[in-house]
Amino acid sequence: MIPAPFDYHRPDTVEAAVKLIADLGDSARVIAGGHSLIPLMKMRMTDIAHLVDLQKIGALKGIAIDGGTVTIGAMTTQHELIGSAALGSAAPIIREAALQIADPQVRYVGTIGGNVANGDPGNDMPGVMQCLDATYHLRGPDGERTVKARDFYEAAYFTARADDEILTAVSFEVPVGGQAYVKQKRKTGDYATAAAAVIIAKSGGNCSAASIAMTNLSDTPVWCEAAGDALVGSSLGAADIDNAVDAMQAVINPQDDNKGPAAFKRHAAAVILRRAIERATSRA
Amino acid sequence: MSKMHIKLTVNGKPVELLAEPRELLIHVLREELSITGPHIGCETTHCGACTIDMDGRSIKSCTVFAAQANGANVTTIEGLGTPDGLHVLQTMFKEHHGLQCGFCTPGMITRAYRLLQENPDPTEEEVRFGMSGNLCRCTGYQNIVKAILAAAAELNAVKEAAQ
Repeated sequence: MIPAPFDYHRPDTVEAAVKLIADLGDSARVIAGGHSLIPLMKMRMTDIAHLVDLQKIGALKGIAIDGGTVTIGAMTTQHELIGSAALGSAAPIIREAALQIADPQVRYVGTIGGNVANGDPGNDMPGVMQCLDATYHLRGPDGERTVKARDFYEAAYFTARADDEILTAVSFEVPVGGQAYVKQKRKTGDYATAAAAVIIAKSGGNCSAASIAMTNLSDTPVWCEAAGDALVGSSLGAADIDNAVDAMQAVINPQDDNKGPAAFKRHAAAVILRRAIERATSRA
Repeated sequence: MSKMHIKLTVNGKPVELLAEPRELLIHVLREELSITGPHIGCETTHCGACTIDMDGRSIKSCTVFAAQANGANVTTIEGLGTPDGLHVLQTMFKEHHGLQCGFCTPGMITRAYRLLQENPDPTEEEVRFGMSGNLCRCTGYQNIVKAILAAAAELNAVKEAAQ
C-alpha cells in the first residue's frame, strides 16, 4: 500500500510550520505521530501534496505543571504521558486513558495533540479533555486563540480548528476529586464500543461536583452536563446513579456499526458509566 | 515530488540513500537495504511483524515514512543477534518453543528487547500487556510469554553475576 506522492517538510518552529501551512494552502497537512493519517494516506483517502512534520519542534513537547495548571504540548506522546509521574499524580485519568489507547508501538508515537485534533469520535482523549474542562491552544497566521474542549467538536472529523491553524497544546486546572476512565473494547488496540470519563468530588459524604463525558457514542465526544448535575448534592446511591445514566442516555446518539447495534451500545454505555462512577467515587 | 537524501543509522552502521518521501520505512529497509528481518504482515499497523527499534522506541515500520525516519537510529532483529551469537531472547524463544512458523518472531523479539530495556523484571501480566501490539497466529502466545520471562531471568542473572 503506497500513498500518493507528496513533498515532505520538517520545520523546527511553530512559526515556520504555521507559515508553511499558510503558504501551501489546502493541500498541506500537518503530521504528528501519523498513526491515524498514514493509514488513510495508504488507502488514498486523502489529497495531500505537502506533509508538514512537527517532530522537530521542541516547543510542542513536554508536560508543565505550574501552580494549579497543567499544560501539555501537542507533540507529547501517549508513552510520555504514561511515564510522567507528575502528571500521574496531578491528573491520573490521563494515564489511565492513555494506557487503553491502541498498543505499545502506537503509544510510542501517538500524540495527545493528534488524538484531540483529529476529530475522530473513536479517539479517547477528547472525552477525557471534556471531562477535565480542558482548553485547546491553536496557532494560526493571526496568532494564538483558545477553544474549550467542550466547544471544539462539531461532527466526525469536523472541529473548531481552522485549516490554517495548528493545535499546539492542551491545558487544564488540576482536577479535584476521584477520576476514572473506563473503556469497553472488543480487543486490544480497538476503539471503544463505549467509554466513560468521570470525575467526582465529595464533601461530607455527598457528591459536591461531577463531570461526565462519553467516547464513541455519537459523532463527537459527548460531555453530559445533566448526568453530572444528577449526581451533585446526592449521596451517590443507586437511584442517583440511575438518574445520571438516564441523563447520559438522553444526549448520546450511537449508530449501528461493526461494534454492534445502537441498542447494544446504549446497554454498554450504561454499564461502563456505572463502573466509571463507582471507580471515581472510590477514589474521591 | 523528487527523491530525498535520507541518512539513517541501521544496526550501528551509517547508511545514506535516496527515497521518495512517500516510501515506507519497511520498504526502504527490505528493498533498498536488503534487511529482511522485519516482515510485512498486515501493513495496516495491527500485527507488529514489521516492528523495529527506532531511537529507543518500538515502532511499526509499515506506518512510518522514510522521510520521517531521516536521521534516526534504527535497530532490527539483524542488529540484536547473529546465527553464531544469538541474543538471549532468540535463545529463549528457541528453548521454549516461542515460535512455530516464525513469521512474527523478528517483530516479537525486537519488541521484547525494548520491553526488557524499560522493565527488566516484568510480571507475566506486564509481558502480555507490553507485547499486545504483536500478533502471533501459531503459538497461542503462552510460549512467547514464557520465553520472554526466561530471557528476563537470564539477563538479570548475568547482570547480578557481574556485580
